[in-house]
Amino acid sequence: MTVMINRSCIGCGACVQTCPEGALSLGPEGNAVVDPSKCTDCGKCVSVCPVAAMSLPPNAVQLEQPSEQVLEISEPVVVVETEQSGDKVWVFVEQTQTVIAPVTLELIGEATRLAKKLNTQVGVVLLGDQVEFLAQPLFEQGADKVYLIDHGVFNQYRTEAYFQAVCYLVRKYFPEILLMGATTMGRDLAGAVATDLGTGLTADCTQLDIDLDKKILLASRPAFGGNIMATILCERHRPQMASVRPKVMKALDPMVGRNGMLIREFIDIPESSIPKQILRVVHDQLDQINLAEAKIIVSGGRGIKDAAGFQLLQDLADVVGGVVGGSRGAVESGCIEAKRQVGQTGQTVGPTIYFAVGISGAIQHIVGMMHSETIVAINTNPDCEMMKMANYSMVGDAYAVIPKLIDAFRAALASRQTNDSGAVCSIVQEAF
Amino acid sequence: MHIVVCIKQVPDAAQVKIDPKTNTLDRSSAPAILNPYDAHAVQEAVNIKRLYGGRVTVLTMGPPQAKDIIRKSLELGADAGILLSDRAFAGSDTWATSYILSQGLSELRAREPIDLILCGKQAIDGDTAQVGPGIARRLNIGQLTYIQKVESVDFVERSIIVHRRVDQGYEVIQAKLPCVVTVEKEINELQYSSLPEMMRAAQYQPLVWGVNDIHAEVNNMGLNGSPTTVRKIFSPPERTGGERLTGSIDDMANQLVNVLLEKIS
Ligand SMILES: Cc1cc2nc3c(=O)[nH]c(=O)nc-3n(C[C@H](O)[C@H](O)[C@H](O)COP(=O)(O)OP(=O)(O)OC[C@H]3O[C@@H](n4cnc5c(N)ncnc54)[C@H](O)[C@@H]3O)c2cc1C
Ligand SMILES: Cc1cc2nc3c(=O)[nH]c(=O)nc-3n(C[C@H](O)[C@H](O)[C@H](O)COP(=O)(O)OP(=O)(O)OC[C@H]3O[C@@H](n4cnc5c(N)ncnc54)[C@H](O)[C@@H]3O)c2cc1C
Repeated sequence: MTVMINRSCIGCGACVQTCPEGALSLGPEGNAVVDPSKCTDCGKCVSVCPVAAMSLPPNAVQLEQPSEQVLEISEPVVVVETEQSGDKVWVFVEQTQTVIAPVTLELIGEATRLAKKLNTQVGVVLLGDQVEFLAQPLFEQGADKVYLIDHGVFNQYRTEAYFQAVCYLVRKYFPEILLMGATTMGRDLAGAVATDLGTGLTADCTQLDIDLDKKILLASRPAFGGNIMATILCERHRPQMASVRPKVMKALDPMVGRNGMLIREFIDIPESSIPKQILRVVHDQLDQINLAEAKIIVSGGRGIKDAAGFQLLQDLADVVGGVVGGSRGAVESGCIEAKRQVGQTGQTVGPTIYFAVGISGAIQHIVGMMHSETIVAINTNPDCEMMKMANYSMVGDAYAVIPKLIDAFRAALASRQTNDSGAVCSIVQEAF
Repeated sequence: MHIVVCIKQVPDAAQVKIDPKTNTLDRSSAPAILNPYDAHAVQEAVNIKRLYGGRVTVLTMGPPQAKDIIRKSLELGADAGILLSDRAFAGSDTWATSYILSQGLSELRAREPIDLILCGKQAIDGDTAQVGPGIARRLNIGQLTYIQKVESVDFVERSIIVHRRVDQGYEVIQAKLPCVVTVEKEINELQYSSLPEMMRAAQYQPLVWGVNDIHAEVNNMGLNGSPTTVRKIFSPPERTGGERLTGSIDDMANQLVNVLLEKIS
């Protein structure tokens, strides 16, 4: 008897590493193959397979299905310093024309949480041209040390200059963990840095944690369009690198006046050694709507069938001070532009309120908005996935519901304003 | 002028079915296709070739079936293709994959110098966007990621001008050749293949290179040579839903306004 492997196998190797008998390996076609003479039908591989490609013969004893499918790594444990000290969790500071990207602050918040578990502190790498003044806000957001390299060559982001500087600092100070935002800049840089340092990099993480026994980073990321999550380790190499999606981690509230240590470093990268030059940056007016930073988003799906429907959503957005987004369904039906699409192949958002109107809740949409603070679903179908996601759900026809909502919000906001100004008046009067 | 495009075979995501009970994917039903971004990379190479002359070679690492995507690239107008295939390659992470590909590129370069390397922005299955930058570092050349337009190529001055997507618009960048360019889908429209190209593609037998052909070190590849390992696969947590509002539409609207008003500034 041996375990059976069907065509769904993707060659991820999870089973190979979990097999206690060494019976599994990856074959010439990249898929898992089993050595029948070694397989004992223990079923461990069946439970770790992400694509259910493995099954036991019908009469084999079935293991109890664990709720979370954990796979023990059979390799010997790595030597990691158990005495943690200094600042071993690092964050790369993404700044453009001296404006720090929000994801950096989110990552410092997350790094602070990880650093506590490792009994260490948070260091950040700040590269730029005349950016020393950014150190103070970084301390106030939770950085304990700021490694600054201030140099004209860093005025605009270019991989070839930035990766050298990051690698230089890593080789000098040995962080255990290095995090970057999974943004255009972060993903571009992270791949170059990891390759140069010869270390592992987990892409696009949405969850980070520490294995307290081994003191290693557990980096989890959605895979296969968000249908499954994979936890990925980098056991034998340092630093353990991860790029992290924006809007997933939480920034700390700034601690005004908090201080840290500023370490000024120097590296000489001659401009002539950089094989590229940014001739100009074109600000595309059309791209100005910034869904990722919006506090309120009113999103429509295929359930909103025409321009009139989207005008209602725009009216609601105007009343509550939000912007309009949508699902791929809405993009495909031609109701909104592709750049307003939320989801796996669109933008990742994290507003205070996300209205999902006529959106069914396909996983590819969900992964783009699941970190919204409050989700409101409005849909004719009481059983759709979006209803399960929502904090508040309303069953109803959007064309009937939205006008009522617009009226109700308008009335409530108007009365709040008169109350507010009333309050101001009374204070003013008291002052007299 | 020699342009090399790195291409990957991926399952067609649009056709992957999910088993709602076990929350696992059934990929057996999904056909393997040329990664959509890579199709645009091949098209771009062909467009450049048509404007400036030269040759387009495609390079893929994968199982023997990956010959199919080499043929697909020939239909799009590529001239030749090489398959890197060896059981030692299986299970490689992005660090190891970029090692194998750059070894293949070095071998190719030894036979015919390379002026430009194109990749897709990312593969739709692994989705990391890490292989392109990995290749650039290993070959120690420049990298241009998220490219939405190639404005011009100057093979005499050995430079390229491209538009790179950034948050608020795009950068116009001039870079030295050779370099690695990773492309967005907007870079071009795929063109229909001509009959002679289709016929040539159907007959085409690509070269196949293994570990020894590319002088690669087996310790740098496969599951054991990869710095990252998958420890665990799990389903995203199940959602149960929050509060279902009830009553007339007016009632529901008012309830919603009551709970949300304080969140609106
Ligand atoms: C590789 C890949 C990537 C993808 N990436 C994305 C992505 O980034 N973003 C994304 O959104 N999708 C993405 N998709 C597509 C995704 O799978 C879904 O097809 C899509 O999200 C469906 O959009 P929808 O919810 O608007 O449409 P539908 O699923 O058709 O849902 C329409 C909903 O409207 C409701 N409805 C109908 N009439 C009304 C009415 N009058 N009032 C209220 N409700 C009404 C219906 O009950 C239904 O729930 C991707 C798919 C693939 C394969
Ligand atoms: C669930 C899961 C999660 C994973 N997560 C990670 C992770 O976080 N970090 C990590 O290092 N590895 C990870 N891997 C491994 C990774 O998927 C493989 O290394 C894969 O071979 C390359 O990565 P990619 O598909 O993300 O390619 P990308 O880097 O997204 O591909 C970009 C471009 O590189 C070129 N390219 C990529 N692969 C090939 C190829 N085989 N042949 C020719 N050209 C190619 C193509 O032009 C492609 O468009 C993961 C694998 C699985 C199954």
